[in-house]
Amino acid sequence: MDFAFSAEQELLRGSAREFLADQYPLERIAEIVDGDPGWPPQCWKQLADLGWLDTELDLLDHVVVFEETGYGLLPAPLFSTLALALPAVEHASGEFAGLRAEVTAGGLRLSLAWAQAGRPHGLRAAASSTVSVDGGGAVRGQTVLVPDATLVDAFVVATAAGLRLVRAADATVLPRDTADRSRRLADVTFDGAPSTPLVDTAGAPAVLAAIERRALVLAAAEALGVARRAIEIAVEHASTREQFGRPIGGYQAVSHQIVDAYAAVELARSVTYWAAWTVTDAADGGQPAGQVDAACSAAKSSAAEAAVLACERAIQVCGGVGFTWEHVLHRLYKRALWLELFAGHGREHRARIAEIVL
Amino acid sequence: MLKAMDFRDSPEEAAFRAELRGWLRENWTERQLRAGRPDVDFHRDWSRRLHKAGYVGLSWPAEYGGRGLSPTYQAIYYEETARAGAPGHLGVIGLNMAGPTIIAWGTGEQKARFLPPLLAGEEIWCQGFSEPGSGSDLAGARTRAVLDGDHWVVNGQKVWSSYAQVADWCILVVRTDPDAPKHQGLSYLLVDMHAPGVQVRPLRQITGDPEFNEIFFTDVRVPAGSILGQPGDGWRVAMTTLLHERGTLSFGLAAALQRQVDLLVELAGRPAPDGTVPARDPLVRDAIAREWVELQALRFTNYRMLSTLLRTGTPGPEGSIAKLVWSEANQRLGKLAVSLQGLAGALAGEDATSGGYWQYHQLRSRGNTIEAGTSEILRNITAERVLGLPRSR
Repeated sequence: MDFAFSAEQELLRGSAREFLADQYPLERIAEIVDGDPGWPPQCWKQLADLGWLDTELDLLDHVVVFEETGYGLLPAPLFSTLALALPAVEHASGEFAGLRAEVTAGGLRLSLAWAQAGRPHGLRAAASSTVSVDGGGAVRGQTVLVPDATLVDAFVVATAAGLRLVRAADATVLPRDTADRSRRLADVTFDGAPSTPLVDTAGAPAVLAAIERRALVLAAAEALGVARRAIEIAVEHASTREQFGRPIGGYQAVSHQIVDAYAAVELARSVTYWAAWTVTDAADGGQPAGQVDAACSAAKSSAAEAAVLACERAIQVCGGVGFTWEHVLHRLYKRALWLELFAGHGREHRARIAEIVL
Repeated sequence: MLKAMDFRDSPEEAAFRAELRGWLRENWTERQLRAGRPDVDFHRDWSRRLHKAGYVGLSWPAEYGGRGLSPTYQAIYYEETARAGAPGHLGVIGLNMAGPTIIAWGTGEQKARFLPPLLAGEEIWCQGFSEPGSGSDLAGARTRAVLDGDHWVVNGQKVWSSYAQVADWCILVVRTDPDAPKHQGLSYLLVDMHAPGVQVRPLRQITGDPEFNEIFFTDVRVPAGSILGQPGDGWRVAMTTLLHERGTLSFGLAAALQRQVDLLVELAGRPAPDGTVPARDPLVRDAIAREWVELQALRFTNYRMLSTLLRTGTPGPEGSIAKLVWSEANQRLGKLAVSLQGLAGALAGEDATSGGYWQYHQLRSRGNTIEAGTSEILRNITAERVLGLPRSR
C-alpha cells in the first residue's frame, strides 16, 4: 500500500505551479477573462510544450495538473479537451487515429457537445442523444451548455449514431452569459454539419462511461485547487488584517471556520486520489465497476462541496473586501459553483452512491 | 509515467491480513452486540490471547518485545479486528500512550521493568493528565509531588481516567516546581495504582456506565526513580504521549466507523415500526451516502498520513484532522441510527433495538468531541500548526 505521488508527478506539479504563477498569475486572470477573446490563445502552445497534452500522462498525472490549473483558474479549454473529449478521440481508429497526435501537438482543442434542451444535463444523458446523423455523415440537432465552446477547434458530439467529430467552423456557436467567465458555456447547433466517426453506437456507452469517470475525477481535482487557493487567501487575510489590536486569525470564531474548510478539502483530496487510482486500476481489470463509480461520485461531490465551502468561508473571513468585484475571490467562488453544478450535483451523486451501498 | 500510488496490499501485507483473518475466524465468535462497559475478565483473557498470537506491539521495535513491522501492519490489524467486530486490547492506554513514552524517555531499567508485562496484557495502564481545574489546559495541572528523601509524595486529584478501576499503573503528570513557569514546573511519574493513598472513584456518565474514573492521591509515596525524564521535563514527556495517542488512534477510529456504517446500512434495510423501510427514504439515503463518503475520506486520509510517515518519518499535516472529523461523523451516525427507530428509539438497554446498541452509541459519542483533545483544541492546533494562523491566546 502506498498513497503518494511519484517523483515524476511531484516534478510535474512543481513545474505546473511555477509556469502558472509566472505566466498567468491570478491577478492577470480577471483582465484576461473580462477582455477579448477571453483567454490567452498563446498558452495552448505552451501547454503542449510542457507536455500536458502528451499521451503518456495518465489520470493521476492529470489530477496533478488540474489541481494547479484550478488553483490558477487558467482560462483555457484544457478541461474540455482532456477531461471531456479525449477518450472519444483516443477511441478513434483507422484513418482517424492521427487525431490524438494532433491534440498532443497542440493543434486540436476540443469540447464535448452532449446536453440538449429540455433533457437532463448530466453526462449520462449523452447516451440517449437525439442529435441525428444522416447516411452522408451530416449532423443535425441542437446541443446546449457546451463548456468553452468558443475556444475550441472541434466538438465531440453525442449523437444517436455514436460519437462524431465536427469542426467548430461547421457549427453555429451561441455564447451564453456564464457566471464563471473563465469557463463559459455556449449552445452549439449543427445544421447538416459534416462529421468524422469516432465511436459507433455499440461502443458509445462504454466510452461515455469512461468520459464521465474522467470528468468527475478531474472536476474534483480542479475543485481541490480552487479550494486550496481560497484557503490561502483566507489565511493570508486573517494573518495580516488587525481588528481590536490583533490579527483576526487569532480569534477562534475566524480561525475555526477556516479549519473546517481545510478539513473538508483534505478529506476530499484523499477521496479524489483514491478515485483516480481506482479508475486507472479498473482499466487494468483490478476494480469492480460499482466501486469505481461510487469512488468517482464521492470524489466529485466532496471536492466540489469543499471548494464551495472554502470560497464561502474565505469571502466571510475577508469581510467587505472579499465581497467586491475587484477581489479575486468571487472568480474562485464562481468556478466552485460551476463545478458543483457540472455532471450532477452532490445530491445526485449521493443518490448514486446509495444505489451501490444500500 | 510511473504509477507510484497503489492501494493494494503488498504480498507480505496480504499474507499477514489473511493470517490474521484466519486467526480471528477461529478465535472470535461474535457475541451479541452489547452496550456498556467492557467485561474486564473477558477482555483480559482476550488481550493475552492476542499477545500470544503475536498481534500486540506489531510496530514496536523488536528489542522491546514488538515485531518491528511497519505501521502499515498496525493499520491492517485495526481494519481486520474491526471488520470481525472483535474487541481491542484492554491495555490500550499502555500500548498507545505509556509504552511509546517509556520507549522514548525511559531508562534501560524502566524499559525492562515495564514493557514486557505491558505487552503481555499482564499490567494495565491508565492516564492521569486531566484534573478538575485543568482539562484542555494540561500545563495548569496542580497535583503536587514533593521530594521527601528518595520518594516523591503525591497529593491531588485526576479525572476522566479510563481503565483506572482495573489499572495497575498510571502515567501521571504532576507539579514538582510551583515557582517555575507553568510548562516548566511539571514532571512525569509512573505510579503504582495499588500503592497506599491511591483511591479510584468511578464517574457515572450520561450512558449510565462508569467508564471513566476520578483518582485521588493522598500522600502517595512514589520511588524517586519512577520518573520519565528529569524533574521539569513533564510537559515535553506528556507531548510525546499525546503525539502517540493521536498518531495511532486514527486507524482504529476509521475501522470502527466502517463497522458503524455497515451496521447502519443493515438497520436501514429493516422495516421501521411504522412499516416503512428507511433505506427507501431519499433523505435517509442521502444521509447514509454522505457518511459513506466521509468514511472513505477518513480511511484514505489515514493512508495518506501513513504514506507520508513511511516516506518522511513524520505524519503529514493531513493527519491533524482525523480525530476531529471522526468524532463528528460518529455522532451523526448514532443520531441517524436512532432516528430510524420511531418512538421505539426512546427505549434503552435490552428493551431497545439491537439491545440498545445505538442508544448507547448515540449517548457515548457525545464524549468523542471532548475526550483525547476537545474539538476546540484540535481546531486550534490545526489553525496554528498546520495553517500558520496567529495564536489564539
